[in-house]
Amino acid sequence: MSLLGISHFTVTSALGRGRAAHVQALSRGASGLKKAAFDACTLDCWLGEVEGLSAALPPALAIWECRNNRLAWLALQADDFLNAAVALRSRYGETRVGVFVGTSTAGIHSAELAYREMSTGYEAWGVGQRPDSGHGSTSLHPTHGPGPIAHYPSSLPDWFDYRHTQNIFSTADFVAQALQLKGHVMAISTACSSSAKVFAAAYRATQIGLCDAAIVGGVDSLCLTTLYGFNSLQLLSNDVCRPADVARRGISIGEAAGFAILERPAAATHDYALLGYGESSDAHHMSSPDPDGRGAAAAMRAALERAALPPEKIDYINLHGTGTQANDAAEDRGVVSVFSTATPCSSTKGWTGHTLGAAGMVEAALSLLCVETGLLPRSLQTQTPDPALTAAVLMATRRAVVNLVMSNSFGFGGSNCSLILGRSQ
Amino acid sequence: MSVQVADATIEAVGLAGPGLPGWDASIAVLRGEQRYHRMELPAYQPTLLPPNERRRASPTVAMAFRVAEEATRGDAVRARELATVFVSADGDLQISQRLCTALAAPPHLVSPTDFHNSVHNAAAGYWSIASGAQGPSTAISAWDAGFAVGLLEAMGMVHVERRDTLLVVYDLPAHEPLWSKRPVGCGFGVALLLCAQTRGTAMARLRVEAAAEAETTLSDPELEALRRGNPAARALPLLQMLARQQSGAVHLAASNQIASSHDVGSTLRLTIDALYS
Repeated sequence: MSLLGISHFTVTSALGRGRAAHVQALSRGASGLKKAAFDACTLDCWLGEVEGLSAALPPALAIWECRNNRLAWLALQADDFLNAAVALRSRYGETRVGVFVGTSTAGIHSAELAYREMSTGYEAWGVGQRPDSGHGSTSLHPTHGPGPIAHYPSSLPDWFDYRHTQNIFSTADFVAQALQLKGHVMAISTACSSSAKVFAAAYRATQIGLCDAAIVGGVDSLCLTTLYGFNSLQLLSNDVCRPADVARRGISIGEAAGFAILERPAAATHDYALLGYGESSDAHHMSSPDPDGRGAAAAMRAALERAALPPEKIDYINLHGTGTQANDAAEDRGVVSVFSTATPCSSTKGWTGHTLGAAGMVEAALSLLCVETGLLPRSLQTQTPDPALTAAVLMATRRAVVNLVMSNSFGFGGSNCSLILGRSQ
Repeated sequence: MSVQVADATIEAVGLAGPGLPGWDASIAVLRGEQRYHRMELPAYQPTLLPPNERRRASPTVAMAFRVAEEATRGDAVRARELATVFVSADGDLQISQRLCTALAAPPHLVSPTDFHNSVHNAAAGYWSIASGAQGPSTAISAWDAGFAVGLLEAMGMVHVERRDTLLVVYDLPAHEPLWSKRPVGCGFGVALLLCAQTRGTAMARLRVEAAAEAETTLSDPELEALRRGNPAARALPLLQMLARQQSGAVHLAASNQIASSHDVGSTLRLTIDALYS
């Protein structure tokens, strides 16, 4: 039985703007990942960059100017989503549509630029020292308590607006403002599971009457923090990411945004639905998964239980499949413990890259596109499948009847979320 | 008309703020029996973290643990079963600042520990590791309405996931130069243990419903300044009622938008039925 009907969805990533571009890319095996540079990043890596982010936001939304909100705005305009949201608002009322958006870094790139400008100016004026590598306190950042410091020599540029860019809630707030919605608004930030968990949060909210419909989504954009951050953990590959490959050595970061409209099943007929979700915690380690995949398995089982479905009914699993040694191995154990080795599965991160806080939503959208077009996508970029992995990882894309898909998203801190999406039941 | 009401039992509270060093220690002040003095909070080392992690815990993790530990009162078995909702308006701004400072110029070297501790769900992750809790956990932000929005998500966990739920709300100020861009007055943390059923040790029954009234303010000017100065401190009117073991209602802004008088749902009414009097 459907938990919530999915009446509309859209996705924008390195594969292009909107659903048709993504169907085309999946069918053709055309990846959006390129060996590229971003801003001041000099790391040797592949990126999934979105084209078209040089366009400024409309004047009415100017206070929200930053890469992340530009990406959100670009995505809202694809597939006539904006109009669908306007119609939703008319149908239910501006206070009865909830907004749930996942992001891991929001507009932190604006902060990166602000600190750079400050440090450059600081140096140009010959005042004090340049910022050091960031370990421990520096001359710029005394560690005594908060409050304005009269003698403090430098400040962030006036143009830098923390609330509307860097703050983790800013993306959700932007979406609510852009769609002129005045109801329940929440940002979820649980690393790579963020925009899968928005579906669960939206369901709970409709169940206790906080809203009657929901806009859920995920947005994350390229920034130095994640590029250098993952690199510092030795999780960023200098090759294109190769999920399930024996020689895989890390992630490729992509940027993306996606949104969906969720309504109660009784409200209208919907082709697609959220049928189940499961959330769990590894309780193991902050930056590596439980190697036995128990937390992953628990999330998958919880989703099946909620959907009242046996594993055999799932036609395809869209793996979290980041391309790190640890994730793919742990996830494989988890998948096989729940599904055995029969269910076809693959990661689509070889197409989009790891879109971090947007991954849940992006892969939910790709899962629905697989249902819509009857496509089982192969594990793109995989050259030599790792023999240690026993799940049925697809090495060739094929056509099939696809009714029900499970999509996995597992994040730092051991945050796990599995969604079951597909044709309304 | 949609149902906009949810009930739960408040079993326990954790609290930490200047002059409010713990729930038990703050009851007299919250009742008005003792004068409030805004004194700096003594440092805290989380009990549930292993010794090496304890010393290295960031201030935000320490604050979250402080109130979560108080609310779970050392009941490890219980803590392991709880769903959790962690709320912070800004997350760890001191770590963000260190990262942005490192990234401001080549060689852009960031600390890997700082990076994995910079995720908004860092406190949630450490708590699940320390407590062994494997259930659902979330980390959210709603700018200054976080306590209200977190409370609603926790109600959802209680009713829809049928889990006793630990709500942990914490906000710490940045250091300069970021502080000027987000002037939060002090650190503050609050935790509520919410349950579907009432056990013997419960404090009060809580009903949450949509409303359109203005949010409740506090008559003590210093406590009111505290309430307004930190998003997590929006919990204070509720805490005051719990401390007084009074039955009654307070209102809480649930949205950051300026509410019109017709916007039912822009405020929450929290109605308390005290279980001890």
